[in-house]
Amino acid sequence: MDITAKSKTTDIKFDVETIRKDFPILYTQVNGHPLVYFDNAATSQKPLVVINAIEEYYKATNSNVHRGLHYLSNKATNEFEESRKIVAAHLNASHDEIIYTRGTTESINLVAFSFGEAFVKSGDEIIISYMEHHSNIVPWQMLCERKGASLKVIPITEKGELKLDEYKKLLSSKTKLVAVTHVSNTLGTINPVEEIIEAAHAKNIPVLLDGAQAVPHLKIDVKKLDVDFYCFSGHKVFGPTGIGILYGKTKWLNQMPPYQGGGEMIKEVTFEKTTYNDAPLRFEAGTPNIEASIVLAKAINYINGIGLDAIATYEHELLQYGTEKLQQINGVRLIGTAAHKSSVISFVVDGTHPSDIGILLDKQGVAVRTGHHCTQPLVGFYKIPGTVRASFAFYNTFEEIDIFVKALNKAISMLR
Amino acid sequence: MNSVYCDMSIEETEQEIVEEFEIFSDWMDKYEHIIEIGNSVPKIEEKYKDEAHEIKGCQSKVWVHSELKDQHIFYTADSDAIITKGLVGLVLRVASGHTPDEILNTNFDFINKIGLHEHLSPTRSNGLNAMIKQIKLDALALRTINN
Repeated sequence: MDITAKSKTTDIKFDVETIRKDFPILYTQVNGHPLVYFDNAATSQKPLVVINAIEEYYKATNSNVHRGLHYLSNKATNEFEESRKIVAAHLNASHDEIIYTRGTTESINLVAFSFGEAFVKSGDEIIISYMEHHSNIVPWQMLCERKGASLKVIPITEKGELKLDEYKKLLSSKTKLVAVTHVSNTLGTINPVEEIIEAAHAKNIPVLLDGAQAVPHLKIDVKKLDVDFYCFSGHKVFGPTGIGILYGKTKWLNQMPPYQGGGEMIKEVTFEKTTYNDAPLRFEAGTPNIEASIVLAKAINYINGIGLDAIATYEHELLQYGTEKLQQINGVRLIGTAAHKSSVISFVVDGTHPSDIGILLDKQGVAVRTGHHCTQPLVGFYKIPGTVRASFAFYNTFEEIDIFVKALNKAISMLR
Repeated sequence: MNSVYCDMSIEETEQEIVEEFEIFSDWMDKYEHIIEIGNSVPKIEEKYKDEAHEIKGCQSKVWVHSELKDQHIFYTADSDAIITKGLVGLVLRVASGHTPDEILNTNFDFINKIGLHEHLSPTRSNGLNAMIKQIKLDALALRTINN
């Protein structure tokens, strides 16, 4: 492939230099080197529209929501609910199917608790996969312990793809829910979620998708997917930390008991009995993270302004370029070589430890993640101590990949 | 780090390390030196590379064995990550050949002085803190045996 020509054609379609100006943190100097931020799967950087909106909220809007009659309370409530509509439209959902949470982890815990209370009993089964993040393993284990249910795990291939035949064999009358990741945070694998949902629905089994790594890169249509629950985090989609989303079909949500008790989630409280609000408020006890909820919409509008199709095309080119460059380095072994991948490259280098590579890259200004990436069972499957993970966002460049590869070569030469 | 008592005090060894690192202005050169130190750490016997000798809290695996000879402690160690092993090597170079009391009274200030304090943060996954805590616990245990 003629890379120079490729990057030039991309520049015409996708003006990355202009986009980078929206992200002040990308101009940081690290140990005398310009920052190369390749840890986007851990968290994304924030554009100025997001940073400014946080300040603007406290200057002009701050007030509690759904409570008061006064001007500011109405303003905050309107913006808070408007943001919910923007998130809903982004996922092609209805606004009353969108629950604000603290993040993907809380979204999953909410379903594990509330769906579990309503529908899971002793002897039942929950299906997850081998490539799940700990946050899509542990809540289900806790549910299983509580209810005397058991966890079934979809195996994977060496390339890092789910074994769908094995998955279909696991589906049974005991299965109460399938919870799998849309995109693997460690491998980058984009799972065939349509097929997973179709097979589960054929047996009337609902499906939860962990979309933490999907929403920053892919257009999600929950209606088209017909998925029952979908979760993602604000901070991975260029929004603030401390805000996440749970999409749930109304037919499930209103059958599920509340996750937490408190203000906001009630219809009427007496000491004898409390009646609960319908979703989404039923699941939003207490004062929410109003600022982050409102600002999340700014982040979503921002990525829609660039366009998820353009983002996906550009990131795929970064992935291909980075993959080719890394494959040329002697001793580099890619972990996760699925046919369909998002812009994540995990690898190990023969004769070196991932943490050594991570430290030496950092000293050259390159930020990657090293370790097990909260997927210990998966890393155990590959019999490695962890990986070095470079994960790209649309503000990364081909030149940054060149800097990364040069820094990696230098690190390897020092370690061998 | 041979089996004779260290003829330098802990402070002297620390000062020696600080001066050694002053030569390097570039971070990569500092780490090159740490890697060299990692390659010269007295190697722990395979039988001690077990759970009991493993330092918890590190992204990489680290094992340290402490042995009391004539009231002085001597160390052997290993790690599957060479930079971690180099950091371990620096700490052991300071501590090795000293009495349990001397080791217990050391706060390993030199790590700050050579600019490696980022490795001391409790959230750092290479756990230099955990390692210092462990050698102090070992020193305490060996002092008790000694008494």
